[in-house]
Order: sequence, then structure tokens, then C-alpha cells
Amino acid sequence: MDYGFTEEQKMVQELARKIAVEKALPLRAELDETGRFPWEVVKALAEANLTGIAIEEKYGGIGGGTLEYCIATEELSIICGGIALAYAATGLGTMPIIMFGSEEQKQKYLPDIAAGKKLAAFGLTEANAGSDAGGMQTTAKKDGDYYILNGTKQWITNGGEASTYSVIAITDRKKGARGASAFILEKDMPGFTFGKKENKMGIRASATSELVFQDCKVHKSQMLGKEGMGFIVAMKTLDRTRPGIAAQAVGIAQGALNEALKYSRQREQFGAKISTFQAVQHMLADMATQTEAARCLVYAAARSIDSGSEETSKMSAMCKLFASDTAMKVTTDAVQIFGGYGYMKEYPVEKMMRDAKITQIYEGTNQIQRNVISLELIKELAAKK
Amino acid sequence: MNIVVCIKQVPGTTQVKINPETNTLIREGVESIINPFDENAIEAALQLRDKHGGKVTVITMGPPQAVNTLKDAIALGADETVLISDRAFAGSDTWATSYTLASTIRKLGAFDLVICGKQAIDGDTAQVGPGVSEFLNIPQVTFAVGVEINNGVMKVNRLLEETNEIVEVKLPALITVVKQMNTPRMPSFKGKIKAKSAVIPIWGAKDINAEDGKIGQKGSPTSVVKIFTPPPKGGGEILNGSVDEMVDVLVKKLRDRKVC
Amino acid sequence: MGIKVINDKCIGCKLCIPACPLGAIKVENRKAIIDMDKCNLCGACPSSCKFNAIEITKEDVHVVDKSQYKNIWVFAEQYEGAVHPVVIELLGEGRKLAKDLGVELCALLLGDAVIEKETKELIECGADKVYLAVAPELKHYTTLPYSTVISDMIRQHKPEIVLFGATTTGRDLASRIAARINAGLTADCTGLAIDKETKLLMQTRPAFGGNIMATIICKNHRPQMSTVRPKVFKRATPDHSRKGQVIKSTPMIAQSDLLVNIVDVIKDTTSKVNLAEAEIIVSGGRGLQAPENFKLVEELAGVIGGAVGASRATVDAGWISSHHQVGQTGKTVCPKLYIAVGISGAIQHLAGMGSSDIIVAINKDPDAPIFKVATYGIVGDLFEVVPKLTRKLKEVRG
Repeated sequence: MDYGFTEEQKMVQELARKIAVEKALPLRAELDETGRFPWEVVKALAEANLTGIAIEEKYGGIGGGTLEYCIATEELSIICGGIALAYAATGLGTMPIIMFGSEEQKQKYLPDIAAGKKLAAFGLTEANAGSDAGGMQTTAKKDGDYYILNGTKQWITNGGEASTYSVIAITDRKKGARGASAFILEKDMPGFTFGKKENKMGIRASATSELVFQDCKVHKSQMLGKEGMGFIVAMKTLDRTRPGIAAQAVGIAQGALNEALKYSRQREQFGAKISTFQAVQHMLADMATQTEAARCLVYAAARSIDSGSEETSKMSAMCKLFASDTAMKVTTDAVQIFGGYGYMKEYPVEKMMRDAKITQIYEGTNQIQRNVISLELIKELAAKK
Repeated sequence: MNIVVCIKQVPGTTQVKINPETNTLIREGVESIINPFDENAIEAALQLRDKHGGKVTVITMGPPQAVNTLKDAIALGADETVLISDRAFAGSDTWATSYTLASTIRKLGAFDLVICGKQAIDGDTAQVGPGVSEFLNIPQVTFAVGVEINNGVMKVNRLLEETNEIVEVKLPALITVVKQMNTPRMPSFKGKIKAKSAVIPIWGAKDINAEDGKIGQKGSPTSVVKIFTPPPKGGGEILNGSVDEMVDVLVKKLRDRKVC
Repeated sequence: MGIKVINDKCIGCKLCIPACPLGAIKVENRKAIIDMDKCNLCGACPSSCKFNAIEITKEDVHVVDKSQYKNIWVFAEQYEGAVHPVVIELLGEGRKLAKDLGVELCALLLGDAVIEKETKELIECGADKVYLAVAPELKHYTTLPYSTVISDMIRQHKPEIVLFGATTTGRDLASRIAARINAGLTADCTGLAIDKETKLLMQTRPAFGGNIMATIICKNHRPQMSTVRPKVFKRATPDHSRKGQVIKSTPMIAQSDLLVNIVDVIKDTTSKVNLAEAEIIVSGGRGLQAPENFKLVEELAGVIGGAVGASRATVDAGWISSHHQVGQTGKTVCPKLYIAVGISGAIQHLAGMGSSDIIVAINKDPDAPIFKVATYGIVGDLFEVVPKLTRKLKEVRG
């Protein structure tokens, strides 16, 4: 199907697909088992310039946008959602710098990320602040020209592996929605350590760790935007990067569909290939239709963002909601089509089902997405009056 | 350092099948790729250039569509490329090909190192590397798995059947490389953009001052008289039963045939 | 120069169409038409036409008096003072060719003084003459000294055929010589025969990774040179009463040929049994899933006295050293028994072991191509089958 990609977008897709098949595919089973970080794939992505995909050319990137980022993430996810996340999460950690960074901050951090020399991570979530981000406990107390950070961030993708961290902390709780600020932190800053690395159900090739701040002293020049902009930075970042996670879900769904289709053509029961059974055919048709619909919604959201639209929250939330629910359903159906074999670790689909689940939870749970969508709908209606 | 890499566009032979009815190669749908060993050759050249500075020129002899393989080389990081293409080269065997490539390299000017892949996966002869060295009158080191250069002296680790042989030779020289030499880098987006707009020079027989009697079919000592599919090796049996049963049957058969 | 269809002779029988490896011929209105964009003048079609309707006009620029070239030479490759086993195989095949042509079979042996003792074995295995070139610089093989000495000897004695083993040495050497003396060289021949009419050497070899076989001739250039992989031909049986002539020379090696210095030689200590010579080989492939599982292969090999082989995939993944690799870009082996464990049987692997006497395949995928060439196939989980097989063999062997 023709998605109207430009020549450059097709190049991105070809490169990402090549890396996925040649570098990620041989590793995915091992990395799922051991949880080892996919540095080899990061190296290949860096060689291909894909680590700089959404960074401007003047900082060493290739000046692409959200759609390019989605295309690359999707291609990698078809092969392995975990490996794709190691790539996509850097995009998440870099976005606050791209959107809110000063020229000095961009010059300092973006070139190494674009070159694939350093990875990035986004530190928002805490043990008691998941959906309720406002309930975060990490504080950044002003002390002259510095801020002292104390607290723990939880479940941070690329935690421990990344060098550059965009972290949100409370600077003045009394100010409510204006009470948080965003900071750029570097690995090895005194007072900044990592807690345990999580042992996860899926996306095991990606590293998920705690970020621990104990009197971590950070110069005010590391603040992104102005004091009090923390929640805005977080929300706007998530709006822009949701399609990327949605693309991951689309890729996972597509990968599962590909495997199920191939298997149905090989497996024989009752003297016939199971692909000839209408029950299986209907499942495959639904899986394909939903995946395609999710893909189109993701591309539409990405194009909307890239066109400079300010009203991207609703589309972002919709594509993430729909793609992740689709991924969960398609991977579950894929395991079903594989039957008993689908349950065995030797076959790739059970991993895909385990990988899919998180897409319904992170980057804003699907319940939160529904909140966002309904609020946007009401806002739109109110604006018309 | 001035490095020249000779590459070849080949069909992806893992996919090449014979049409059983017509006894011909099914070429439709079989993509053309850079000969895998030549990818290692390009990577070796790029690594040496990145370390020592200089220029990497990639050349290929082939039909007009071989230009795509040079574009792939540019996407990987080659500085310059040349396509050597001429009807007069048709029918070249390895002798004529070696002569043609050597003539081209001479035309390019002074060089420090020529790098070739060990063999092309369609012809599988491994003859062109040594042939080019002979025509250029430079020393050759084949089956290179590691290369170091210091002050114009090259140290090469050769992968032989049972040993690794370390040799030293002064440049200019030619090496052929094996797969174990390196892991070829990914093509880059910026490289692909450069390749897209690249204008690749095409040189013919006259451009490389090739002697008429040494190129193409005229210059080829060998010629093909017949091609055919190898006879299928059949007549095997798949054993049945439980694992224990199959193992017992297999061991009995092997013992009966006195092989172990 | 070019190719054309003689329309008066062509009846549109279409026999030429399958002969063309590039699909360049089609028949329209009962006449063959050659697509010049696809044709590369390889020369395969004219011999397929029963009506001599296809003509390749080739200007014979190269003129050599072929009647001056006589006898079959075998390059007697040596390593550390001992002749390489492939030489004995070439002498066996060379003897047949010499008989067909009614000429002598000679061996060409280069080395330092130590090598002279090897002439006896060469004569006993069929050489009528041994051309022995002795110089201290020839002790270890290096390209230029050997190329110069051999090229000079070929020019002097004019053999019509020269055979080399397709070893790393042979492949490094033969092409350099062929380029220098303008001879035709065909690599990796699996079949050699003398054509009864033309008296030409018909050289058959695989191409496209073994998907296709081609027969090559060297019509006007001399000598006709071939490289042959080890284990393709049968060894000559030595006749200890055989007598022959040793013609010794002590060539001067030019300084200008001494450009490559061997600085070190590192032997591979991991392989306990020489893979290329082994009568039994147990090979492991991707199906082993992890490098430590090679021990299953090693245990089985140990029980039956076999060598350990590997597929390219496992070598690429770094599970085992490349000295164990069997296949198109690895070693060619021809053991009595080849057991393929968890190997799918890609054509490139088959190219390296397809001529084994007995092939046993163990793989969980019933559609794996290896089963098409296997003498005995077990479709099953190798982690269950291999330990049981090892145990059973240990039991019966006592």
C-alpha cells in the first residue's frame, strides 16, 4: 500500500528495515532472555544516521520529523518491540531539549545524540506518580545559582544506559500546575545514581531502571525553559512522542500478523492448511484491518504534528490508544493462530504478546488517553459556541 | 591514503533457483546485491581511510545497471566511484576482467592499496584479485582477515586453512579480504542522499586505453560450452517412530555400513 | 565480433532457449532472436543448436602453436616439507588424463633442499617426471617467487595442462601465473575430461553457489590450467616399484620478487582433528541455539572419532572459529559420514559437504533442505536426539 512517503521517508524506511532484519532479528531471542541492552543495533542505527532522525541538520541530525521517527520505530518494532524501544525512548528523552532547549543546551547535547554516541531518557514517572503526574515527590530546591534534586524516578526506559536525562521535579508545590520544572541531567553527575534494573514481562531488551537523586546539585543553566514550566514540558513532550509509541504498537502488531500469516500457510490439520479455514481467515482479516487502521491513524497524527498544527493532543491520544489496543488484540490472536506452538518460547509470537501489553500502559495509560480525548472533544465543542 | 576497491554486482545467489522446465536461472525477482565479500572490502577501505585519512575510490566492471551498486558504495561512504562499462567487455572471463580492472586503476593514477573481496558469489573463482595484482605488477596478499598500516608498510593477518599467517609488505599492494575481516557498516541516510544525486562517470575501453585483443571475449582464454543443473541428490529416507526408535535404527544402519 | 542467428538454418525448435543462462533467447515467428542487452557472449548456446544456426564470430587474436605444448603437470604443493594430500588426488586424476592424451604426467615441486625426499612419493603415485626447483627462498610459499619460477618453467617446458589444488596456496598462485603467461584458468573443477574429438580439457565446475554447473574450455591459450578442491578426486594408489625422472634446478630468486615477508604463523589449537582430512564429521548449525550447545556436537564427535564442523551461521555468530566452517566460503569436505545437527542445509552449506558418502540430518523442521540430500533423516528435537544418539553409539562401541 502506498502511504505517500517522500523519497527521503522511503530511505528511512529502507534503512530501518535493513537494520531490523540484519541486526535486530538475530539478537531478539537472546536479548529477550537475558535482558542485555542492544548496543549493536544502536551502533547500526548511528551509522545509518537514524539516531539523529528528528534532530535538525545543524546539530548533526537529518532534520526529519515525527513521521520519520514513527516510520523507523515501526520498522524496528516489526522485528522486536524491545529493541525498538531502546531507540524510541531516546527520542522521548531528546524531545524536551528540541522543544524547549536554549541554543546553548541544544549545541551541548544534541550533536552527540544525533551521532548515536549518547542515548537519552525521560524522567517523569514515580512510584506514587503514574497517571497522577502531579503527585510526584521529587523536588528541586533552589539554592543560589543551583537546584538541589532529591527523589526517585521509577520505570525510566534507558535508565542507566543513557547519558542525557530530561527530568521533571517539583520546584514549588504551592504553585500547583506551575509548580514543577524540567532539567537536563547527565549520567555521573554527583548525587545522581541508578536504582535497580527492572525484570519485566516484555520489551526486555530495553533497560528500565530507577533514577535516584540524593542532594544532586544542578546548575540553573540545566533548566529547560523557565521555572514552573515542568508540567507543560512534560505534556507537550508526550503529545509529540505518543505517535512514536503508537508506531511501536503498530510494528508489534504487524510483526505478529506476519508470523501468524506465514504459520497458517504451513500448518496442516485435517488434511488442509489452516489458512483455508474460514475461522482463521476471518481472524487474519480482522488483524490486518485493525493494524492498517492503526497505522493510518498514526501517520495522520504524525503528519498533523509535522505540519505545525497546535491541536495535536486529541490525535496523539487517539492513535496511541487505538494502536496499543490493536497490538494487544493482534498479538493475542497471533498466539491463538499458532495454537500450542504459540505458547512456546521457541516461537516468536508469545514474546510479541508480552511486548504488546506495555503499550497500553506507558506514555499515558489508555484510560488517561480516553480522558484526554473526551476533554478535547468537549473543549472543541465549547470553542464552537 | 589512496585506496581503490573493486566490487561486483551479483544476483543474490541464496535465492537463485533453476526453472526446472527451461533449465535456466530464474532471474526475475532476484535482486542484485553488492557481492558480500566486496562489502567487507569497502568496509576495510573506509576504516583505513577513517584512520589514516585519504580517499576511497570504488570501481566496478559491469552492465549499465551496475551503477546502482556504486550508489550503494557512495551510501556507505565511498568518496568517488567509476563504472567501467562497454559492449566490448562482454564475454570477459577472469583474465580479461583482471586486465580491464588493472587498466582502469592505472588510469585513476597513483594509489597505495587495492582491496578486493576474496571471491564473487556467482563465479566463485577468487581469480580476479591475483590477476589484477599481476597486471599492476604489485605484490598481493590474499585471504586477509586483519590489516594494519604503519609508515607505508602493511601488516596482514591471513586466514588460511589451519593457520593464521602474518605477513609484511611495503605499499603499494593488493589484498583480498574474507568475511571475518570486519562487520560492514550500515549505509547512512546522508550517504543515500549523496548517492541519489551523484553523477557517476562511465569509462569504456578507449577511456582506459585497453588493448583490443585483451578485453571481452577476444581477450578471454576460457569460454563456457555448457551449463546444466547438477543432478539432484536423492534416495534418502526419513526415519520414523519415537526418538529412541529412530536412534536405534540409525545406529544399526550406520554400523551395518561400517562407518562408525 | 558478435553473435547471430543464421535464419536460413534456424527452424525455431527452441533447444537454445534453456541453454542460455541469462534468458536472452526467445523464439518468435519460428526464429530464434537473441536479446543483445542480455547476451554476454558466454558461448553456451551454439553447441546446443542441432542445426548450427547460432554463430559466435570470434576473432582469434591470440595465436599460440598448440602442438608445441605437451604433457600434464601437477603442482605439488608442499607445506613444512610435506606434500599436500590434494597432490596425490591430482596425480590420480592426472594419470587418467595423461592416458587419454597419450602423454606424460609430471609433478612440479618447489621448496628448499629438504623437499627433495618428497620426489619419491610423487613418482610412486604416478609422476613420470618430477621437476624439482630448489632454493632457500622457496621453503615457505610466497606468491612472487613461486609465480616467477613456475611461469619460467612453463614457458620453458610448455605443458599443455597444469593442475593445482584449490587450497589457499593454489588459489593465490594459479591466477597470478595465468595472468602472467596469458593462460586460461578454471577454478574449483569437480570434473575433468579430455574431449575425444578436440582433445581439449573439458573442465566442469559449480557456479552460483552450486546452483548451476558449467563446463569450460580453453580453446586457444596454453597451458590449460585448473584448480581442484581437495577430496573431489580419489587419491592415486602408490606403486612402490614405479620409477621416474627427477629434473632438478636451482633458480635464482630475484630481489624484486622478495616483497612479502612471513612474520609469524599461528596454528589453530582448538581443532583436534583436521577437518579437511576427517573421515567422520559432526557439524553444528543455528539449531543449536547457543554456543555452549556445541558441546553436544563435540561429545558425539568424540565418541565416534569425528571432527567438528560448523555452518556459516554459527561461525558468523562467533560460536566457533572459522577453521571449522564447512561450505561454499568455508571448507569442502568429503567424509564417509557427515552428521548435520541443527543445520538447515542452505545451498552454500551443501556446496561444502554434498559429496559426503553418508549424510545424516537431525533437524526439527521437516521442510529443511538438508533432508533432500540426507541419506538418513531424523525430524526431531536435536536436544533430545543427539544425547540419545551419543549414548547409544557409546554403548554399541563398548
